[in-house]
Amino acid sequence: MGSVAERYNQSKINPQKLALWVAIGGIVMMFAAFTSAYIVRRAAGNWLEFKLPAIFFVNTAVILASSIALHLSYTGFKAGREARYKGFLVVTFVLGFIFVILQYYGWVALNNIGATFTVNPSSSFIYVISGLHAAHVLGGIAALTVALTHAFVLPFKPTFRRKQRFELVVQYWHFVDILWVYLIIFFMLNGS
Amino acid sequence: MAHVVTAAETLEDQLTQEHGFDDHFHEHHHGDKFQSNFLTTYIFSTDHKIIGRQFLITGIFWAFIGAAMSIVFRLQLGFPEADMAWLKPILGKWIQVDPNGIGKLDPEFYYSLVTMHGTILVFFVLTAGLSGTFSNILIPLQIGARDMASPLLNAFSYWFFFLAGVVLFLSLFLSTGPFSGGWTAYPPLSALPQASDGSGTGMTMWIVAMALFIVSALLGGINYITTVLNLRTKGMNLWRMPLTIWAFFVTAVLGVLSFPVLLSGALLLMFDRSMGTSFFLSEIVVGGEVLERIGGSPILFQHLFWFLGHPEVYIIILPSMGLVSEVLSVNARKPIFGYTAMVYSILAIGFLSFIVWAHHMFMAGVNPFISNFFVIFTLIIAVPSAVKVFNWIGTIYGSNFRFNSASLFAVGFVSMFISGGLTGIFLGNSAIDIQMHDTYFVVAHFHIVMGIAAFFGMFAGVYHWFPKMFGRFMNETLGKIHFWGTLVGAYAIFWPMHYTGLAGVPRRYYDGGASFDAFRHFGDLNKFITVAAVFVFFLQILFIVNFFYSIFSGRKVTVKNPWGANTLEWTTPIKAGHGNWPGNIPAVQRWPYDYGKDGEEFIPQYVPLKEGEHDHGGGH
Repeated sequence: MGSVAERYNQSKINPQKLALWVAIGGIVMMFAAFTSAYIVRRAAGNWLEFKLPAIFFVNTAVILASSIALHLSYTGFKAGREARYKGFLVVTFVLGFIFVILQYYGWVALNNIGATFTVNPSSSFIYVISGLHAAHVLGGIAALTVALTHAFVLPFKPTFRRKQRFELVVQYWHFVDILWVYLIIFFMLNGS
Repeated sequence: MAHVVTAAETLEDQLTQEHGFDDHFHEHHHGDKFQSNFLTTYIFSTDHKIIGRQFLITGIFWAFIGAAMSIVFRLQLGFPEADMAWLKPILGKWIQVDPNGIGKLDPEFYYSLVTMHGTILVFFVLTAGLSGTFSNILIPLQIGARDMASPLLNAFSYWFFFLAGVVLFLSLFLSTGPFSGGWTAYPPLSALPQASDGSGTGMTMWIVAMALFIVSALLGGINYITTVLNLRTKGMNLWRMPLTIWAFFVTAVLGVLSFPVLLSGALLLMFDRSMGTSFFLSEIVVGGEVLERIGGSPILFQHLFWFLGHPEVYIIILPSMGLVSEVLSVNARKPIFGYTAMVYSILAIGFLSFIVWAHHMFMAGVNPFISNFFVIFTLIIAVPSAVKVFNWIGTIYGSNFRFNSASLFAVGFVSMFISGGLTGIFLGNSAIDIQMHDTYFVVAHFHIVMGIAAFFGMFAGVYHWFPKMFGRFMNETLGKIHFWGTLVGAYAIFWPMHYTGLAGVPRRYYDGGASFDAFRHFGDLNKFITVAAVFVFFLQILFIVNFFYSIFSGRKVTVKNPWGANTLEWTTPIKAGHGNWPGNIPAVQRWPYDYGKDGEEFIPQYVPLKEGEHDHGGGH
């Protein structure tokens, strides 16, 4: 590390991005706690088995599509193509909204097959974990709202500062997407 | 203020000008517009130095409340037959006065007091008051940053802590009393509002307070990590960081990784309480009524709780370890012994703290084979802990030690950490824990090793950095009385508890076991413990008086670097404004422990290496 001492090693990564990564680490720990609690509880028996409604799988496609849209918007932003940037940002926003609404219908479907919130921890866990994930998606939608305001209110200028702010939104949105993919795979493997 | 400019300070200014990092501070800061009046300067400040002091003073407030509570229940334990009617003006209906005029402490409220004492001391005092205070004050100053990565989130961190305090404080005045099921909040007592008086609104407010507190700890932790990794000054590589910074950094990592797990446990608990789920509840009968809850597991909560709970004890002790390392080295006028080993042992303790949580649950019905795993890793923690103790003693050994309040408390820390750590080796064995579990032996162990020891580290830090925080010194005579009294008093409180615990006296009993024939002969010992506790309590009031008196009327600091220390906080002006350094940020040229090198008493970090000189910190 001798050479490191000689140069000024400040800001290799933007502090806000690093802070967001650390926060994501915290969120990951929370969901790790939930899913390990799920495993521990499931191993103890008295576990109601049911099939996860198909709507949750459809919804996985929705949130994956929203991530792709956001990526296209981001590359459009970097390439200076305003229409693509704005258009796909709107698409992302709409898909994010649809995701939360469809999650709600997923819970309704769960309820209809008798897997109610209180009947057994097996279903309670699904509601709590997916509900908490939806809360994080709502946080992402709030961030997307800020990004939309930037896109449509401010003049289109892909400055360094604008890019950094946008990247924070992108980083978080991809995270809640990947988090859902983890959760749905987890629910599949640990058949509720 | 009379400021004596010394030769060293002139050299320092010159070097900062030549080598320092110019971030064009003056071009952006024509006075701090955010600090224009009293309210914005001292209350809603975003300056890390003010926020640190806010954490400290709030922590002192809570320490006083928590300690006063312990005095009330210690009086109950030591003198169960005594008249407590004199406390009625303060405790009101919790003192029941019988027709003869004899006042008795309400047994339910006794449990509330124990619960609140634990919650307050563990979270509000030794987490927020300790790492909140010193991470805030020292991280930017010692790594050479203008402020935290996000000063605003940092202020939020304090205000969430403040709100958590307000909620918990209000819960003390509920007609049903605050939560009374123990600071660990195990279900079913915590999950069923009808389980006891304190399990109703008291528990709801406890959970809200904890949620707010977790937000505070996370905002703080995210900030500390980002600041340490991202905002170090020129030349400050990781191996040139003072051990304080290493300790605060690992503490913050532990917090960010473990508090969310407690949050998830608290959320599930909330659903069990108010939405009718059964995550933690199974086949329960309350007051003759069979509840419909089935299928839950109370042990699951214990896993989630202790997955935070064990790293939490290192969140408490690591900052103290960092402070003590720094204070010992400065006052021994010697480099810290085994700097690299110190860093690796901090990292090892941090890592191990995540895989030992079930040693709190040996008696909860955990599979004995799983216990084996936790026994082994628990005992392995003794290795890095012993490395640290060895190095502290190595630092003091053969030195020309300066005895002042700060360094005495640092030495006291080492003593307490050894005494409390040794009993940890007993308790870490699941077989011995069958006898020791939930006895006063456990109470003695954790109070010495993470209560008294952490407090000693905190006191060392307060006495040492008081001149930096307030521009004045604390009174040394009062400080030394505070130290010797507390050292003797703390051992007088907790040493006897080992005997009662070995004999099997259970903790949390309203009469301290006096109603059992087997334990009755410990009555006098219990009285002795209570007298010692009252004595120590009054000594802490002496500290509080000294603290607040010195803020306003202590001896003034006249030189920037009164202790002759190497770290960067002592290069800032005596009363540093927001931004810490008026001009350039000093560049770091060497590690922080060059004491007694090449015939010089100390060589600050901003002094360039001489021709051919080897830097300890750069050599990794």
